[in-house]
Amino acid sequence: MTGASVIVVGGGASGLSSAWWLAREGADVLVIERGLVGWEASGRNGGGCSHHFSPLFAEEQRLWPQMDALLGYPTEFQPHRIRIALTERQMRLYGRAAANAARQGFASDVLDAAVVRAAVPLAGDATVGGYHYRFGGHANPHRTVQAYAWAMQDLGGRLMQHTQVLGFEHRAGRITAVHTARGRFGCDHVVLAAGPATARLARLLDVHVPMLPARAEMIVTEPLPLLPLGGVDGNGLYGRQTLRGNLAYGGGPHEWLADGDAPLPNAGTPLALHIAARLAELFPRAAHARVIRSWAGIVENTPDGRPVIERLSDPANVVLVTLSSIGFGLSPATGHAVQQLVMHGACTFADLSSLSLRRFAGLEPDWARLQGWEVR
Amino acid sequence: MTIDPASVAGKTLDVAERTDVLVVGAGGAGIAAALDARRQGAAVVLVDENPVPAETMGDDIPMLWGGAASGAARNRTAMTEALLAARPGLATAVEAGVDVRLGTSCWGLYANGPSVGWLPGPIAGLADETRAWLLGVGRVVVAAGCRDMGVAFAGWDLPGVAGVQAAASLAALGAFAPRRAVLLGTSDAALAAADILIAAGVTIVAVVEVAAPLADAGRLGAPVLCGHRVVRAEGGIDGVTALVVASATGERRLACDAVLLGIGTVPVIELLDAAGCRIVFDPGRGHVPLLDAAGRTSLPFVSAVGGCAGDFPAQPDIAAYRMAWVEALVLDGADDVHVCRCEDVTARDILHLRPPRYLHAPPSRRNDASLRALLGEGPPNPDQVKRLTRAGMGVCQGRRCREQVACLLALGTGEPLASVPLATHRAPVRPLPLRLAQAVAEPPDMRRHWDTWFGMYAQYVPYWDVAPTYTAATRPRDPDDVG
Repeated sequence: MTGASVIVVGGGASGLSSAWWLAREGADVLVIERGLVGWEASGRNGGGCSHHFSPLFAEEQRLWPQMDALLGYPTEFQPHRIRIALTERQMRLYGRAAANAARQGFASDVLDAAVVRAAVPLAGDATVGGYHYRFGGHANPHRTVQAYAWAMQDLGGRLMQHTQVLGFEHRAGRITAVHTARGRFGCDHVVLAAGPATARLARLLDVHVPMLPARAEMIVTEPLPLLPLGGVDGNGLYGRQTLRGNLAYGGGPHEWLADGDAPLPNAGTPLALHIAARLAELFPRAAHARVIRSWAGIVENTPDGRPVIERLSDPANVVLVTLSSIGFGLSPATGHAVQQLVMHGACTFADLSSLSLRRFAGLEPDWARLQGWEVR
Repeated sequence: MTIDPASVAGKTLDVAERTDVLVVGAGGAGIAAALDARRQGAAVVLVDENPVPAETMGDDIPMLWGGAASGAARNRTAMTEALLAARPGLATAVEAGVDVRLGTSCWGLYANGPSVGWLPGPIAGLADETRAWLLGVGRVVVAAGCRDMGVAFAGWDLPGVAGVQAAASLAALGAFAPRRAVLLGTSDAALAAADILIAAGVTIVAVVEVAAPLADAGRLGAPVLCGHRVVRAEGGIDGVTALVVASATGERRLACDAVLLGIGTVPVIELLDAAGCRIVFDPGRGHVPLLDAAGRTSLPFVSAVGGCAGDFPAQPDIAAYRMAWVEALVLDGADDVHVCRCEDVTARDILHLRPPRYLHAPPSRRNDASLRALLGEGPPNPDQVKRLTRAGMGVCQGRRCREQVACLLALGTGEPLASVPLATHRAPVRPLPLRLAQAVAEPPDMRRHWDTWFGMYAQYVPYWDVAPTYTAATRPRDPDDVG
């Protein structure tokens, strides 16, 4: 294996989408992943594609319906979402997405309880109401992440799994090579998209990225007959019915964790019971469905929960990418933005200024403690 | 001090009861472990999921029951009585003060570790037919026994195609229906299970072995057909009626009402693996927990005894033996036999990483690429294959296909079976109805602060409203916060 024009560190959704976009534009790209593609947070999420608050929202919405065709592999993308409220407070919270999307030209319907029950046969009497978001949707994270990797390889991009990045070689304010457990790889550009490991790798470049990983948990039931629209959630849960029929849902308290050198184990906790009980509240007519798996994912967050997507000024040939727990759905748009930042120095289709590290210039050194992000 | 209200900080769990020692599995090893702990003065809870509900048995959980149970198995009271009669140690345990609970499964073990810190201590998840609950434990002894390896051939989904250990456990309770069985495999463990069946009045019609016999199968008194492979099981909705086998010299049709899979004795490690105990590949026994001299796993509060700890006669080379059977049977039916019956996945689907048929994905270059092209480097990972093909993602939780898929990946890549990682087990290791989880109350503080995601208001401020700088002190707060 030789060096590449662009080395992408991290084979998650953001890194692989970036590499795929770069390969589409003719760049010679190499992805270096410490484990397997999509093995960490990118493969452990609800698959939602509805980030109405992000500057990348419009591009996210433009791209998802095309992704199967663009990649050449199925992503299981399904458009739209119904979100069901069981309390008035949930109804208010779920209205925020509709308001944000409306301002950007995307419609939603407000549903009363009877309409919800007609649209979602598993819903029950506790339903207060809901929204039908006529945007967004959901996809299968496992299949999508693999599709990015395969589509990138089809275009001549290369992927090196099971390879830890150890350091970077600098010359005249630029990174000239990446050092790994499997040798040195020369490069013209680096994309650092290493999920929870991003902060640790950025430190090697004297760049401070404030972030902390946390554990989030999900459950999956046995398959049920398909709902008319699989993208249904609410009652404090995110998730979807998969195209196979399984109910895959998560939500509830997270736990902040200390980052180490190795990926943290994906151990779940009895929180799975509470997720299951909430799912039975949401879908009383599915209360018989059996949970057959649960799992946890380790997800990184910046202090404000917003991504960092930025071409650094020093070293000048590095693009830093951390999506702060919302990376999967935005990944088609993220990759496009990163491709432009690498090749042209700026993003033409979205204003990324709110995603710059500059916003943290005055951040307190003990911000995590001040926000109560307690690590045991 | 500030705490993040949407995090686990300050949250409690509804732990319904506590015990010093939980023993999972009331076979011989489990009863002995329970009595031992009780005699040392510990409070001991001994759970056993038997008698297993009929619906669970129908999904081949926890053993490959293969629809071979008689109508008696549906009578829970009769089965409980039969269980007590067949295992006199249970009465001894009750008399000794062990809290014995039949029909109760343990579906998860949890403790704090590198990525979990909020639990009040080690916890076991239990369930019976009416509710799930949490039991705080000092330590746990897992005595979950063994099951049989599934192996796919045409007709292996017919009623009466069952694991030999599953059949023996039913026969011990007078609940095994078939009378004339063909045994596949010749290990000591398979023959010992056949002995139990013969004692219960079952006739072994023939013993089939793809290679040379591992042990003296002739002692069962039935013809031993070496160098034979299975062509198909014949029958219908009422069960198997014959097994067709073939050798170099031709086919034979063996009339029978059961086909017993005795190809591999598989330690039941799902609870241990899901809890995070370190699992290793033993060349004579397959995947077993790594144990110290005192029987403790890599998690200090969990130990393992009996069959699940690998306490059974080793085979000379379990990898070669399993691979020979999978090569002879499973590859033979690669295009039309479902290796993963829950998700309808064939051997060819697995070897070519085909997406499931319900996606109607157009054929494309890499969809038909080899495992090697997918994996690039490193041993094949069954979890990666599972995500793409769905093999092992079904309601039986991979019990019927896990070991076969590992063999297929080894055959497909030329890697040694021992280097193929075990497909991950996840809690709940028994399918758990949502409604049973509703028996565990969501604590009020959790309910008040439950959030769909991280509960970070700043994350959802639309980008056009975001302030140019961010500090913890001035961070935006949710006007609708319930505090």
